[in-house]
Parts: sequence; structure tokens; C-alpha cells
Amino acid sequence: MTKKFDIKKFLSNNAIIVLIIVLALFTGFSSKNFFTATNFKNLITNMAPRFIIACGVSGCLITKGTDLSAGRAVGLAACLSAMLLQKVDYSARMLKWLPDIPWMFAIIVVAIIMGCIGAVNGVIVSKLKVPPFIATLGMQTIIYGICQIITNNQPMGGFKTSYLRLASGYVGFFPYIAIFAIIIGAYFWFLYNKTRHGKYMYAIGGNENAASVAGVNVTSTLIRIYMLAGIMYGVAGFLVGAKAGGASTATGYGYELEAIAACTIGGVSANGGVGKVFGILTGVLVFEILKICLQFLGVDPAYTYIAQGLVIIVAVALDLRKYLAKK
Amino acid sequence: MGEYRLEMKDIVKSFPGVKALDHAQLKLRPGTVHALMGENGAGKSTLMKCLFGIYHIDEGEIIYEGQNIHIQGPLDALHKGIAMVHQELQPIPERSIAENIFVGRYPTKKIGPISIIDHKKMNEDAEKVLKEVHLKFDAKAKLGSLSVSQMQLVEIAKAVSADCKVLILDEPTSSLTQSEVEALFVIVNELRRKNVSIIYISHKMDEILRISDEVTIMRDGQYIGTWDSKELTTDMIITKMVGRELSNLFPKRNNVPGDVVLEVQDFTSINPKSFRNISFKVKKGEIFGIAGLVGAQRTELMEGLFGLRAHSHGKIIYKGSLLNVNRPQDAIRHGIALLTEDRRASGIMGVLSVADNVSIASLDQYLVLKCVLDNKKIESLVKENVDKMSIKTPSSKTLIQSLSGGNQQKVLIARWLANSPDVFIMDEPTRGIDVGAKYEIYCIIEELARSGKSIIMISSEMSELMGMSDRIMVMCDGRMTGIIDGEKANQENIMALATQFK
Repeated sequence: MTKKFDIKKFLSNNAIIVLIIVLALFTGFSSKNFFTATNFKNLITNMAPRFIIACGVSGCLITKGTDLSAGRAVGLAACLSAMLLQKVDYSARMLKWLPDIPWMFAIIVVAIIMGCIGAVNGVIVSKLKVPPFIATLGMQTIIYGICQIITNNQPMGGFKTSYLRLASGYVGFFPYIAIFAIIIGAYFWFLYNKTRHGKYMYAIGGNENAASVAGVNVTSTLIRIYMLAGIMYGVAGFLVGAKAGGASTATGYGYELEAIAACTIGGVSANGGVGKVFGILTGVLVFEILKICLQFLGVDPAYTYIAQGLVIIVAVALDLRKYLAKK
Repeated sequence: MGEYRLEMKDIVKSFPGVKALDHAQLKLRPGTVHALMGENGAGKSTLMKCLFGIYHIDEGEIIYEGQNIHIQGPLDALHKGIAMVHQELQPIPERSIAENIFVGRYPTKKIGPISIIDHKKMNEDAEKVLKEVHLKFDAKAKLGSLSVSQMQLVEIAKAVSADCKVLILDEPTSSLTQSEVEALFVIVNELRRKNVSIIYISHKMDEILRISDEVTIMRDGQYIGTWDSKELTTDMIITKMVGRELSNLFPKRNNVPGDVVLEVQDFTSINPKSFRNISFKVKKGEIFGIAGLVGAQRTELMEGLFGLRAHSHGKIIYKGSLLNVNRPQDAIRHGIALLTEDRRASGIMGVLSVADNVSIASLDQYLVLKCVLDNKKIESLVKENVDKMSIKTPSSKTLIQSLSGGNQQKVLIARWLANSPDVFIMDEPTRGIDVGAKYEIYCIIEELARSGKSIIMISSEMSELMGMSDRIMVMCDGRMTGIIDGEKANQENIMALATQFK
């Protein structure tokens, strides 16, 4: 009796993951090239930047907030990286006066700029008490505007080889780009499990009033969370630029929803206070598999959007059900 | 239809970690006032919420006017003629009194195919209802312009307007002055004459014995019995409610108050309606009680001292020197702790583990190299406290929301003790906790005081204040109205001070 109940509970708690695994198996056996090393490498390369974005957003979600500016921020970061890392002799170079700079330097500059934007989000949310949904929605549009201005609305290409190689190069089986993601994942695991900042973050998500009574500096913790999120969009945007070999104002469009969906599928609760790095990784994996499956099954991209949107809504609905059931 | 209008039989209702109702019963005759009594956490409110459809019962049956009924929700209950005035008001202060009375069932009129709200009828009906219960408010005025006790009366008018056959009054007098209580009793008597059955929940014995016909007593979610009010005395009720003799309600106190630790001078809120010109001293090893009615600003005062609310002027002298408190961190750093009034709203972090809840206020102590948390040290702190305070939890990783109220409260006390505070402010430390756990909390409080800590305890339970405090400060309407020695305190002199400005 109890065992049967557990299975039911497991299925309802992990409904989307189970469904998508079933879908993957179905796709795998109905099309030829699904279970191949190339496809797997593609999967990992696609996952890497999305995992980094999801890590960034997860802090906002765990504290009952959100960050809708993530996608456009990734776009801006990609454009900034592009401007910094175009070949010196490239004819359509945007910043002709700029000397040749190493990619290491570029990623730091981009991360700092995006971190500042994130910190502004954090101040708006924590000091001005603007609901995160509205604050970051406004920021999303602002960033898009900035991006159009600095790029003159022109797509950019002609990147340095050392930059491009970050996305195409491999260490053994692992693309370089995945190594970035692994390091960041490890860092987030450490941050969430071993530091005071992590405990404060969960406490704010669990009960902001209680956290504040217990002496948690809610304002500064939130600012740090949104700033760190911004830095992650910087790193992710940098990698997305390298992966695509070009960047434009359209880069990163819709990434925020993918990241939020991945987090929710992976057990980061929209009710706050709950979420693990491993869960986020699972969420990103599952969401990418969904996209690849739909692609393999030859589903029209327009329908793919509908499927993705549905998954997001269902994931949040199922998550909230867990809490409703307790009443 | 039989002798009873309403029978609730063998009602069982569980929440995660607690069995709130364990075969509870209630039998209600038409045209009577039936008092429902029990300690906080005895399950009175839960039973009423089941009757009103806010909770759905796990087991048992509700027989209403001879029929076995299922109540879907509050609206369904209202349609069936069951109305409830809640202990915690749920007002919409920005809307008019009339709208608050008719919320959810606004009178409508048709304009062609669409029906719109008939404001004229609503206001007229509201005036009529208000008159019926002898209230002289303008129905069009904003509800927010009334005082808390006036809102309570409007809430009763609202229940009356539903033309109910059963009216539940959950602690209707907790924030009323004596004259308002009299006004309420006039209304209650009139309703009884109109053959309405009234379920009356209150802690005030004299009221119960005056107004009620029958008394049902509950303890720990169980039905203890029903008696004719005329047969009962205050002492009998208390003994039945508590399940043991009065003298054993509180531990023997052996704490010895010493020198002054905390002195508050002329402490005044930036909000003119809140606390003002408060001065008092608290001694080392003293249990300092604070009494007052709802709205006396006791909680606000304590939150002010703790840095959660701003003050415009006044001084805190702590251990001989001036203490500036602008945010909770300032108070915590100097060894002041605050156990908040509403455990769920500002105490526990429900989805986090017992360990996380215990350690959150003292994480600075477990940092290695100022950065990494020493989880082993945290684990041993938690284990030590779980043992010392006999917190009943399956493991330190259990989510705090699955513990009972008493154990949650002990976790929160442990959270603060990890900082070894010298002054421990406890705001309603035993609210919503069952009798056994209450006694344990009292023992913890006594032990803390004996070890030299100063306890400031806000409570709305007279017996608790009188049983535990060395001195009791009484507040009314944001002001301090007096300090009474523990031995000299009684219900009368506390109430007199608590209603001084009413």
C-alpha cells in the first residue's frame, strides 16, 4: 500500500522529467542519429551556457524573486564580447581604435559590466522594494535599448580564433565551454552549501521577515544575489558569442524563460527557499533533451515554442501543487 | 429535527505533525449561547474553521438541522446559515463599511443583459444592519477609519446581515473595552431571542458564565464534556481545561532579580499612533511581563527596541552605556534576542531544516577563514540543543514545518540561545502551543532567568503573566499605564490599567 503511494508521489513530483525521458527514448528508437557521440557533444555544448544562466537566475528564484532581464543581458554580454574580440584586421570592426586584447581580459570586463547591471537590479528589488517581476521586466527593455545603441543595430562577426576556439575546442571528450560550466557549477554548489551567503539566501526565500528578525542583512544579500546573476549572464553571453561565432541584438532572446523553466523542472521552488545546484543541472539537461527531441521528430519550430511554453507552465503548476496539497 | 440544531460528531482533523482534532464533538441547541472553551491550541478555532468550511474534516460527521451535510467552503456555510466572526479580522480597510459587510454577496441590479452592483441598495441595507446591532457608523465611510474594536463590531454586523441560524464568535471581546463588551452582549441576547444559536469562544471566565447557556470544554483536540453553565464555576472550568490543578500550571520560580541591565527612557515611535514616552527598567535574572489589550502597541514597542521599527526619540541604556539600535543586527550583536509574536510570519523558515533554523542567527560563529561554514560545528550545536530542550524531531534535517507548534517554538528559542543573549524578549511565547509543551516553555523561561538572563515577556494570557512574572508592565493605547509587582497583580488591577484610556 505504502509502496504504491510512493510511486505515485514520485511520478507527480517528477512528472515532467519522467515524461521527457520517455519522449527521449521514443525519439531515440524512432530516429537513427539520436544516440550518437556528435549529438551528445552538441547537447553538452548547448547546455553549458544555459546552465550558467540558470545558476544565475536560481538565486533570484530561491529568494522568491525572478530575473526576466537574463535573456537580454546575455545578448548584451555577447555583443560586448564581440566588440572587444573582433579580429584587428577585420574590415567591419566595430571599435577600430581598440588594440588586440586577450579573451581573458574581455571576459573580466564583460563580467564586471554585467555585474553592475545586476547590482542595479538588486538595489531596485531590495531597496526600492519594486517587485522583482516588474523591476527586471523594466531592466530587460532598458538593456535591449542599450544593446541597440552600442551596436548600431548591426550584427557582428569576425571574431579572433582564440575566442572562437573556446566553443569549438575539446579537452578529451569535453568541450572547453563545458569546463566553464563545470567550474561555475562547482562554485555555486560551494556557495549554496558551504557559505553564510548561501544559508542567508535560503533563509530569505524561506521567510524574509524571519530572516530579517534573525539578523540577516536582507538588502545586501539580495543585491549580491542579483549581482552574481548579472556576472553569470556576462560569462554566459561571452560563451554564447563564441559558440555562435557572431552576436547581435537578437542574441539571448527568450533565454530567461528557458533558465527559469530549467530551474523549476529541477526543483527550484517558485515558493522560495528550495533549490539545489544538481537539480538545476537536471532541469537544464531535461529541457535541452526536450528541444533536441522535438527537432529530431521534425516538429515545426513554431510548435516547439508552444511545447516549451507549456512545459514551463506545467512545471510551475506541479511545483505549486506540492505546497497547495499541504493545506 | 430533534433537540439539536447542529451536531458535530467524532471530528478528526490532522495537519502535518499534529492531530489538531481528535474525535471532537459539539451539540448546539436552537436559540442558545454555547461557550466553547479550552486552552490555546486546544482546537477550538480549528473545530470552528471545519464548521465554517475553511478546513475540510478528515473524519466524522456534521449534522445540521437533521441532515448530514458537507460544507464546501465559507460561502457554502453562509448559504446554509452559518456565519463566523474570526479571531483575526480580515478587513479590507480601503473599502467602505458597506462593501466590507456585503463583500462576496453584493446586491446587484440588471441593466439590460448585464448585472451591476447596486450601490444604493447596498448602502441602505448596510445602514439597516448597522442599526440592528446599534452601531452609529456611516456605511459609506472607509472601514480603515474605525478602530480595531469598532471593526470587530462591524464584523459582527456582517455576520448578522447574513441572516444566520448559527453564529460563531471567535474571541469577539479580546480587543473590546468594557462598554463595548456590554454593547456586544445586548446584540448577543437579541440574537438569542431571535432563535439564533451562538457558539461563543472566549478565554474570559466571567463573560462565559454571564452570557452562555451551555459550555463545551476541549483539551488537546479532544472533547472533554458539555455542562450547563449554571453548574460551573471558574475554577471548575480551568481545572477541566488544563487537566490538572491550577497550582501545577507554572513551575516554581527560583530566579533572583539583580541589578538593572536594560533601561528604556522616553521611548517613542515615529508613528504618532504607536508607542510613546515609554520608560522602564529590567533587571538581571528578572522575568518582566508586559500586559495590554490587542492594539496596545506592545509588540511594536519590542520591535522598536530590537531595531525592526524606527523610533523618533528616547534612549536605551544597556549595561550602563547608551545603545543605538537602528536594525536587528545592532541588537543581536549586543546580546538582545527577540522571539516574535507570529511564529509562522516572522519566526520559522518553514521549508528549511531544523538545523538551518537553529543556526541562522549565529552563522558568524562557525566561519572558518571568514568564509567557509563549519557544518560539523553547526551539527553539534543543533544536537546539543535538541537534547537540552528535548525538541521532538526525527532528525536535524527534518523540515521545521512538520514539527508541532511547541517544538517549533523550542527551535526558535534554541536559535537565539546560540548567541547567548543577556536580554531575551519573548512575544507571546506560548501562543498556539499545547498544554504540555507550554509547561516545558515555562520551565525553559524560568531556567534562563535563573541563569541570569533577563526575560521580557509579552502575553495576552493573564494567568501566564501572573504566574510567571516578577513585575508586570501594563500598556494601553501606546502608553505605559503602570507597573505592578507580580504578587500584587490580579485580573482586576491589570484590566483597569489596560483599559485606562478607552
